[in-house]
Amino acid sequence: MIREITIGQYYPVDSVLHRMDPRTKLFGTMVFIISLFLADNIWGYLIATLFLAVAIRTSRVPFSFMVRGLRAILFLLLISVSFNLFLTDGQELFRLGFLKVTREGLRMAGFMAVRLIYLVVGSSIMTLTTTPNQLTDGLEKSLGFLKRVGVPIHEISMMMSIALRFIPILVEETDKIMKAQMARGADFESGNLIQRARSMVPILVPLFISAFRRATDLAMAMEARCYHGGEGRTKMKPLRYAVRDYTAYLIYGAYLCLIAATKVAI
Amino acid sequence: MAIRAEHLTYIYNPGTALEQKALDAVSFEIPDGQFVGLIGHTGSGKSTLIQHLNGLVKPTSGVIYYNEEDIHGEGYSLRQLRGRVGLVFQYPEHQLFEVDVLSDVCYGPRNLGLSQEEVMERAKEALLAVGMKEKYWEQSPFELSGGQKRRVAIAGVLAMKPEVLILDEPTAGLDPRGRDEILDEVWKLHREKGLTVILVSHSMEDMARYADRLIVMNHGRKAFDGPPKEVFEHYRELEAMGLAAPQVTYIANRLREQGIEIGNDITTVEEARDAILRLAGKQLSPEGAADQ
Amino acid sequence: MGIIKASRLIFDYIRRDENENIEEVDRAIDDLSVDVEKGSFVAILGHNGSGKSTLAKQINGILVPTEGTVWVCGMDTSDENQIWEIRRRTGMVFQNPDNQIIANVVEEDVGFGPENIGVPTEDIWTRVNESLEAVGMTAYRYKSPNKLSGGQKQRVAIAGVMAMRPECIVLDEPTAMLDPNGRREVIKTVRQLNRQEGITVLLITHYMEEVVHADRVIVMDDGKIVMDGTPREIFSRVEELKACRLDVPQVTELAYELRKAGLDLPEGILSQEELLEHLVPLLKGGRG
Repeated sequence: MIREITIGQYYPVDSVLHRMDPRTKLFGTMVFIISLFLADNIWGYLIATLFLAVAIRTSRVPFSFMVRGLRAILFLLLISVSFNLFLTDGQELFRLGFLKVTREGLRMAGFMAVRLIYLVVGSSIMTLTTTPNQLTDGLEKSLGFLKRVGVPIHEISMMMSIALRFIPILVEETDKIMKAQMARGADFESGNLIQRARSMVPILVPLFISAFRRATDLAMAMEARCYHGGEGRTKMKPLRYAVRDYTAYLIYGAYLCLIAATKVAI
Repeated sequence: MAIRAEHLTYIYNPGTALEQKALDAVSFEIPDGQFVGLIGHTGSGKSTLIQHLNGLVKPTSGVIYYNEEDIHGEGYSLRQLRGRVGLVFQYPEHQLFEVDVLSDVCYGPRNLGLSQEEVMERAKEALLAVGMKEKYWEQSPFELSGGQKRRVAIAGVLAMKPEVLILDEPTAGLDPRGRDEILDEVWKLHREKGLTVILVSHSMEDMARYADRLIVMNHGRKAFDGPPKEVFEHYRELEAMGLAAPQVTYIANRLREQGIEIGNDITTVEEARDAILRLAGKQLSPEGAADQ
Repeated sequence: MGIIKASRLIFDYIRRDENENIEEVDRAIDDLSVDVEKGSFVAILGHNGSGKSTLAKQINGILVPTEGTVWVCGMDTSDENQIWEIRRRTGMVFQNPDNQIIANVVEEDVGFGPENIGVPTEDIWTRVNESLEAVGMTAYRYKSPNKLSGGQKQRVAIAGVMAMRPECIVLDEPTAMLDPNGRREVIKTVRQLNRQEGITVLLITHYMEEVVHADRVIVMDDGKIVMDGTPREIFSRVEELKACRLDVPQVTELAYELRKAGLDLPEGILSQEELLEHLVPLLKGGRG
């Protein structure tokens, strides 16, 4: 289940989007999300669809790979769609028992589903084309002004990057510990809530110990490689805007204008 | 017979682009009291295979019988099976969690639903069997040395009194003494209590010394299955699988290539020494036997 | 003075209770002196708890001596002003391949060290390219470390160290968690770096096969150096090695046993070829 989440995974191919500055992609994702909430009619959504389709195409990440990421939000999707479908007042179309479906409800549910799906696909384009390190670099630089007010932005982004590196390792480790305790007769499925919570102790204790051991090892390895904070550090991949980034910003501007236009015009 | 596997096939991520066959129609029988060595390079399917044997992983197709009962049959208790087929994972000390050694070892037998006295008795017996004396029992398992932690973890499985003990690279990361101590203890359990043992190891030297039988896995299939001496005769095929025979087997083979009549069943230093000394003794006579 | 020199080095692990009173003192290194020649390949052997890993951590100042002095390239490791220069010149590779890779992409991890010491961007790329090439991992540069085998991960770790352009690499049981193929891969890489790039190598291990090609083997027991010599010299002392909880490769053991039984073989045989060279004439009788 956890492995199926594609958000946060990097898909290594070479494309314009992969080479783009992470700040441009972060900003682009923001623009896209805002546009989804601005759009309120079919034309707006059509333009958003076009924008997304072009982005997917340029990313060269297989579409099926992105769709897999949707499975993780299927439940959320179902809930929000049903809420909108059944709880919106308006012109009744038909009834399912005590639930009535209205024209407005159908419309709202449709828009909500599209919004959620586009949101997830849109942000996964960013994570699929940006390595977590670039992403944290992008955040570090975009939020660099916070350093002046005493926010340890370099440290935070380093922590995020390390967390991203170790999440898959710890997921695998959890799986292994669970199996090992099951081999010792553990039962994680039956019993009441308290019993179940207690049965997690033999998993959580080894997992924490392992995480601490890894953290100690990693800290030592980082120090051995001369890591001593952000002071005096250079970058292997410094963030520099290229022509493609300026082009992208122009496209964002045009896109937002178009979306806004659909609101006014129709 | 204790374990019988019929056409075990296991597919990871079936139906997706990442579909991968980890096991491909693997069949074998392991009778009671055998010491089986399981070898194969990383990713050959041996880890997946052992997790099938105590029901942790369910085969995509195929059946596993324990004492002639289908372990995934209706009403079969997998929890009881895991008490009878004990599985010690790689780096088992990473699963220790209790405040003291004795309590940690009690975890397994307690899960089997035994009485408190029985649990304690088994735990103590298991700790003694792996050479952990009483003075350690009240200590935190996390304060022990690497080798001691590993032994406590093995005791944690032994305390369930399994009939079959599966160990996945029990000596990884230990120094030579620690390695020999663990293997000698396993060997003692096998010999004295008739425990069936399945040992996964990369050390062909250890396999030659302990195993009655070797099962070689390659790309999810069973490549060889037989006594170590027979399997090691196929050292060229083993090399193609990223494995090897013990060093002395190579020495014996190269001697034979030079026309020296030494047996092709040499797998330990002692055997090699005795065979060479016998030959050297023969050579003292005027006509060399090597010419024939 | 060689590249690394320790003089009367003592190191105690000190455990204190809540009130900072000393509860327990564990002497890990006990009055040890050693001098390592630049460009040599030195293997340090010893069972777990013999003090070999503690010694490794002294060399780049992760630990500093309780008593005595360690000099690396002429710098005293207890001098805090020089600690980063010492660490740059002596790279360290650890046992667990997962716990020393920081970045999520191979090439970015290799660039981590140079970034820390403030190397200009273009030079980082040159160094990363060279280091990946030196360990034969160029083909994997865009991969996630999680997709690599243990041996490959260790090679990435070695590349990460090489990118700092060190004079010396200390490897603390780099093969303990690997399978035989991974072990061979790593040792081959290390040997190449020693020979072709002239890097001084300190390899800490308990696998005897790995030290056969070293220039010098040091055996530690109980915080002290108990044997020090060429592999041949060390491997001819089979009984002593066994007393130090170590064992020898099967060839050496077989040769030793045969010699003990009266066959005329030289001491300290290290390879199959050597053994065969001496054994075949013996077995073929006086006909050769």
